[in-house]
Amino acid sequence: MDVLDLTRLQFAVVTIYHYLFVPLSISLAATAAGLELAWLRTGADKYRQLTRFVGALLIVTFAVGVVTGLVQEFQFGLGWSNFARFYGDVFGPTLAIEGMLAFFLEATFLALWYFGWDRLPRAAHAATIVVVAVGTVLSAFIILAANSFMQNPVAYALDPATGRARLTSLTALLTNEVNLAAFPHTMAGAAMAGGALLLAIGAWRARSAAKSAAGDGAAFGTLARLGAWLTFLGGALTALTGDYLGKVITGVQPMKMAAAEALYATTAGAPFSVFALGGGGDGRPFFSIEVPYLLSVLAKGSPGATVAGIDDLQAQYVAQYGPGSYIPMVPVAFWTFRLMIGIGMLAAGLAAAYLWTGRRGRTPHRLLVRALPVLPLLPAAANTFGWLFTETARQPWLAFGITTVADGLSPGLTRAEVLASLLGFTAVYGVLAVVWLRLVRRLARKPLDPAPAPACAERDTPEPAPVY
Amino acid sequence: MVTFWFALVVLCWVLFFVLEGFDFGVGLLAVFLGRDDHERSAAIRTVGPFWDGNEVWLVAAIGVTFAAFPDWYAALLSGLYLPLVALLLLLAIRGVALEFRGKSDGVRWRRGCDAALAASSAGIALLWGAVLAVLVRGLALGPAGEVTGTGLSRTLGPLLSPAAAAGAAAGLAVAVLLGAAFLALRTTGPLRRRARRVCVATAALLGAGLVAAAAVTGSAGPLVAALPCAGVALLARDRREGAAFTVAALAVAGAVVAVFTVHGDVVLRSTLNPAWSLTLADAAATGSTLRLLTVAGVLILPGVLVYQGFSYWVFRRRVASERVPS
Ligand code: HDD
Ligand code: HEM
Ligand code: HEM
Repeated sequence: MDVLDLTRLQFAVVTIYHYLFVPLSISLAATAAGLELAWLRTGADKYRQLTRFVGALLIVTFAVGVVTGLVQEFQFGLGWSNFARFYGDVFGPTLAIEGMLAFFLEATFLALWYFGWDRLPRAAHAATIVVVAVGTVLSAFIILAANSFMQNPVAYALDPATGRARLTSLTALLTNEVNLAAFPHTMAGAAMAGGALLLAIGAWRARSAAKSAAGDGAAFGTLARLGAWLTFLGGALTALTGDYLGKVITGVQPMKMAAAEALYATTAGAPFSVFALGGGGDGRPFFSIEVPYLLSVLAKGSPGATVAGIDDLQAQYVAQYGPGSYIPMVPVAFWTFRLMIGIGMLAAGLAAAYLWTGRRGRTPHRLLVRALPVLPLLPAAANTFGWLFTETARQPWLAFGITTVADGLSPGLTRAEVLASLLGFTAVYGVLAVVWLRLVRRLARKPLDPAPAPACAERDTPEPAPVY
Repeated sequence: MVTFWFALVVLCWVLFFVLEGFDFGVGLLAVFLGRDDHERSAAIRTVGPFWDGNEVWLVAAIGVTFAAFPDWYAALLSGLYLPLVALLLLLAIRGVALEFRGKSDGVRWRRGCDAALAASSAGIALLWGAVLAVLVRGLALGPAGEVTGTGLSRTLGPLLSPAAAAGAAAGLAVAVLLGAAFLALRTTGPLRRRARRVCVATAALLGAGLVAAAAVTGSAGPLVAALPCAGVALLARDRREGAAFTVAALAVAGAVVAVFTVHGDVVLRSTLNPAWSLTLADAAATGSTLRLLTVAGVLILPGVLVYQGFSYWVFRRRVASERVPS
C-alpha cells in the first residue's frame, strides 16, 4: 500500500474504533440520567442502585471514548494537512465549537456527578448527569455537521484569491439537510448500542438472581426491559430515519445510492436486490434476488420513479468534473449497506422477542436469554457497516464534488511514518479493547450497591481516600 | 482580531500545561510518594475529578488553532507527526490507567495501573518538553510550508538533539514540581510531608539547572526563570503550600507564553530559510470565520471557566493520606 492508502486505512481504523465507544457513551449517559430522574421522582431505591450500576459502565466507556476522541481531533492535521488547509475555514469552527461547548461540559460535569454523590444536593446531582447527556448529544450533532459537509458541501464559497473554501454561514453549515437526516439516524443507532448492552447484562443477571435467589433480580429485570425497549424502539427509528436519509442521499450523492444497489443502468421502477453475486472485472452482478419496485420507493418515494444508474452518472461526472473514475467500490457499498440493515434489524428483532416472550411477568425464552450475551455486538457491527458504507461510497471525493481524497493528504508524509503510527495505534487500541472488555465483564458481575444514599457529609473534614 | 485569537490559543496552551502539568506530576509521583496501596489511592484521588476537564484545554487549543489558524494547525501537526502520535498514545494509556484503576478489585490490578500511569505520565512530560524545545528552534519547513525529509527521521530526527534533550529534562522537572506542589496542597499527613520535600528539592534542582543553562548559553532568560524556582523552594519549605503552588503555576504559565512568542509573529520558524516560516497573518482564517469564532468564544469560554472553577470548589477538601480505621 502507498502512503495514501495507508493513511486512509489508519483513519478508518482509528475512527471506527472511536465510534465503537461513542454510541455507548451517548446512550449510557442518557440512561443514567433517566434512571436518576426516576429515582428523584419515585424515591425507589432500585433506581438509585441501577443509576450507579449504569454509571460505572458509563465511566469506563467514556474514558476510552475520550482518549480515542483526542486522537480524532489531531487526525486532520496529522495525515490530512492539505484538507485542513483548504477547508479549515469551514471545518475548523465545528471542531473548535464542539470542544469549547460540548467537551468541557461532558468532562467537568461527569466528574461532578461521579464524585459528587455525597457533595451535592440531590436535585443538583441529578442535574449534572443531565448536562452530561445533553453534552454528548450536542457533540454528536456538531461533529456530524462536519461530516455532513463532506457528504454535501454547503455554506461555503471558494475564495478566488487563494482557491480555498470560506465559511459563509454557521447556521447553514449546522442545518445541512444531510445532517438533519443523519443526526436522528445515528442517535437511533446509538440507542440500540447501549440498549443491547443493558439488555444483555440485565437479562443475564436477572436469570442468575432467579437461580441463586439473590434479591436483586427485580432490579435487573427492570434494566433488561429498559434495554430491550431501547433496542427495539431504536431499531424502528433507524429504519424510519434511514429511509429518509436514503432519500436525502439519493438527492445529493446519487452515485452512492446507485453503488449501494449495484444499479448500473438507469431504471424506471427499479427493484431492490436483497442478494447479489457479482462477476467480471467491474463487479457487475450476474445473479440477484430482487423485490420489484422497492428501490424506486426507497430512493424516490414512488414505485415508478426513475433511479439513475452508475454508468450514466459516471458519464455525467466526467462531463462535469473532467476525466477519471467517479465510481466507488461497488461490492463494498452493496454489502455494507445490506449488513447494516440486516444485522441491525436482527438485533431489534431479538429485543422484540425478548419483550414478547417475557411479557407480563413471564420468563423470557431460555434459548433467547442464552443468545443475549452476543447481542451487544450486533448494533456495534451495524453502526460500523453504516459508516463503512457512508465513507467508502463517498470515494473518490473527500468533500463531495470539490476535492478528492488524494488532494487532502499531508504532502510531506512518508510511508515509514504512517506504518509506524498505524502499528502504534493498532497495538495500543488492541490492548485497550481487551482491558475494557474484561473490566465491563467485571462490572457486570458486581452486586448492586447496597448502602442507602449517603447524606451530605460534614464540611471541612479531610476527604477520606476511597479507592480511586 | 488575529492577535486576539492568537492570545486565546496561547491561553488554552497555558491552561493545558499548567493544569495537566500537575496531573502528569501527580501521576508520576503517586508510585514514589505513596508507600502503600492506600496512600497511592489518596494521591491519585487528588486529580481524579479534574484531569479530564484539564485535558480538554488541549482539545480546545488544537480545535481553536484549527479554526482560527488552519495553516498553523496543518503545518504543526503534520510536521510533528510521529512525536504527536506518540504523545497521543501515551495520553491514551495515562487516561485509561487513571480511570480504570479503581474499577476492578485487587491490589495487583491497581499496581499494574499505577505502573502504567507513572510510566505514561513521565513519558508525556519528557516528550512535551522535547517538542516545545524543537518548536523554539524551528522545523525544517520547505517552500510548501511542510516539513521536508524522508523516512522516520523526518519528524523524529529533530527530537534527537541536545536542545530537545534539555527540553525533555525541563519538562519532566516542571511536571514533578507542579505535581509535588499540588499534592502538598491537596493532601494531609505523611503524603503531604513527602510531597513538600520533593517540591523543595525539585525547585532547587531546577533552579540550579537553569543557572547552569544560563552560564552555558550566556543568555539571561534561564536566570530569570531560576528566580521563581528559588521562591517555590523557600515557600514550600515554610509550608506555605498555596503560595508555592501559585508561584510555580505562574512561572510555568510565563514559560509557555515565552515559548509561543519567542519569534514574534512567526508561529512556526523554518530552519531552512526564514522566508518559508509561517506567520500569524499567513495562517489566519478569513475575517468572517474569526468574527463568528469570537462570538462563540465570548459566549462559551467564560462559562467554562466558571463551571470548572466551581468543580475545583466542590472538591476543595484535602484528601487524607492517613489510614482511616474502618
Ligand atoms: C444500529 C445501527 C443502524 C441501523 C439498524 C441502520 N443504520 Fe443506517 N446508518 C447507521 C446505523 C444504522 C450509522 C452508522 O449511524 C450511519 C453511518 C453514517 C450515518 O449518518 O449513520 C448510517 C448510514 C446510513 C445511510 C447513509 C448516509 C450517508 O451516506 O450519509 C443510509 C442511506 C442509511 N443508513 C439507511 C438505513 C436504512 C434504510 C436502514 C433500515 C433499516 C438503516 N440505515 C438501519
Ligand atoms: C463525523 C465526523 C467524521 C469526519 C469529519 C470524517 C472524515 C473522514 C476523512 C477526512 C477521511 C479520510 C479521507 C477518505 O478516505 O475519504 C475519512 C475516511 C473514513 N472514515 Fe470518516 N469521518 C467521520 C466519521 C466517521 C466515523 C464515525 C466512521 C466509522 C465509524 C468513519 C469511517 C471512515 C472510513 C471507513 C474511512 C475510509 C474510507 C476510505 O478511505 O475508503 N468516519 N473520514
Ligand atoms: C472524526 C471526527 C471526530 C472527532 C474530531 C472527535 C473528537 C472527539 C474528542 C476530542 C473527544 C474527547 C472529548 C473529551 O476529552 O472529553 C471525543 C469524544 C466524543 N465523541 Fe468524538 N470525535 C469524532 C467523531 C465522533 C462522532 C462521529 C461522534 C458521534 C456521532 C462523536 C461523538 C463523541 C462523543 C459523544 C464523545 C464523548 C465521549 C464519549 O462519548 O466517549 N465523535 N470526540
